Amino acid sequence: MIKVEDLTKDYGARLAISNLNFHAERGEIVGFLGPNGAGKTTTMRILSGFMPPTSGRATIAGFDVVDQSLEVRKRVGYLPETVPLYNDMTVFDYLRYLAQIRNVEDVDDRVEDVLDMVNMNTRIDSYISSLSKGMRQRVGLAQALLHDPEVLILDEPTIGLDPVQIIEVRKLIRELGKEHTVLLSTHILSEVQQMCDRILVINKGQIVAEDTADKLEERLSGGRRVAVQVAGSGEGLDSVLQAVPGVEDVSHMGEGKAEFQTAPGVDSRPQVAKALINAGYDLLEIRSAGKSLEEIFLQLTGDSETSRRDDEPAYWSGRGNEESEDDEDDDDKE
Amino acid sequence: MRTAWIIANREYKRYFSTPAAYAASFMLLLILGFLFYNSLLGALFSQFAPGVDIVLSPMVFLLLFISPAITMHLIAEEQSLGTIELLLTAPVKDWEFVVGKWLGGFMFLATLVLVTLIYPFVLNFMVSPGIDQGLLVTGYLGVLLVCSAIVAVGVAVSSMFSNTVASFFITLGIMLLLWIISAPSQSGGGSNLVLSYLDFRSHIYPTFMAGVIDIRDIVYYLSLTATFLFLGSVFVETRRWR
Repeated sequence: MIKVEDLTKDYGARLAISNLNFHAERGEIVGFLGPNGAGKTTTMRILSGFMPPTSGRATIAGFDVVDQSLEVRKRVGYLPETVPLYNDMTVFDYLRYLAQIRNVEDVDDRVEDVLDMVNMNTRIDSYISSLSKGMRQRVGLAQALLHDPEVLILDEPTIGLDPVQIIEVRKLIRELGKEHTVLLSTHILSEVQQMCDRILVINKGQIVAEDTADKLEERLSGGRRVAVQVAGSGEGLDSVLQAVPGVEDVSHMGEGKAEFQTAPGVDSRPQVAKALINAGYDLLEIRSAGKSLEEIFLQLTGDSETSRRDDEPAYWSGRGNEESEDDEDDDDKE
Repeated sequence: MRTAWIIANREYKRYFSTPAAYAASFMLLLILGFLFYNSLLGALFSQFAPGVDIVLSPMVFLLLFISPAITMHLIAEEQSLGTIELLLTAPVKDWEFVVGKWLGGFMFLATLVLVTLIYPFVLNFMVSPGIDQGLLVTGYLGVLLVCSAIVAVGVAVSSMFSNTVASFFITLGIMLLLWIISAPSQSGGGSNLVLSYLDFRSHIYPTFMAGVIDIRDIVYYLSLTATFLFLGSVFVETRRWR
């Protein structure tokens, strides 16, 4: 449905994206993940027909985004990063205007339908200027759905929404993703994990990884890392663990805690649990401590990955020694 | 063309909900009303029957200042708000977008001009045997052609900027320049034909206002309109490449 080949865009001195290659099929939700300024918006603008690429080719439903721009635009629903709304119009008038421009049949019915879809039917006659940020975002999404497009391109669709709305919008996108092709960008990692069939990690204008969330995790962490906790001081814990087949690289993590690595493809958790109980320990916790998507993401995109690896969960809030880019991400996080 | 008409309609309706358009209309009608009163007094005092030109002559000059205020936001605002992304990713051709904007602005300005018909209507009862209807028709036709050209200039300039104030002053500047453009040829003894042809005034005051419909004047205003609409489309297209 979406096919991108060697796509490059430079804004004069700055290279926004270089030699991008990817594709997305019908019924697939593809997440575009990357720090701010990585080239997500540029790519989406090219695909939506807003601007042409410097070189390379992109097709949507077989139509070239440059040569057959109008055909592409008929088939794409696009929600830009800054939601494009006219404050002087009511929700209904706004959607009606765009539906007319897009030559939608039964304009009024369709407008009501999309407002139902984004759960905004109670504010149909409100002026857009009076809406909250989350509502504006949903009207923007409604606008992208008007002509029932084959391809939906959503630039940060859940930004500014409250948690309940985020869940609703994610549900809606997953629903839409069954029949449409959805390309969405975000820098919220849990979001791609929950919503997307496939993740494209983009950094400095290049795709640095492409896979499903689970595979990405597995591939990069190489085997499974497991953490256990037992009651008490856990004396001799390490040696019990080491005795279990398939357990490697045991490290003591403090009072009654330990972590170990299992060989790739082997799940030794049941054996470990049995061994610990047989040895007389009270097992409190056994869990997977594999690299989170956050860590993988940092490993793929960050230069300062090594310095962060040790300072536990606050990966995203590495203030002080970070670039301002990442600080912005921080603010936007749910 | 269908799309251009939808855009034009939306722009036209929009004027009735923006204070800037009301302010501009108010000033035009206020000043015209004042001048109308002044001309009537003058005519009464020196005993001559005033014609429709007492309304139309000052109106053309006032339009130079009013119309930039009406056209300044047309495309510039879409750029500053980011809503241009919406229309340029919808199946709308660049020229349809520009023509739609122009048509919306033109329809509003034309409405404003037609409101001023109240003055000749009143005047018709005050002079005997009434005003010259022919002059009324050609005069208003000329003014509408002027509107078409000024709005096209405004739209083209508006497409270059994302700042409405810049858009206003550049439009006003271009209009004033066209107003005085034949000055060098007059100072230099009337030798520069190109500059005197471009003179905005010379295509309305001696002809339309005097009851003459000359195809050359119609061509002048229509080609100004077409040229600036073309430039506007080019600016919108180059914006994509930036």
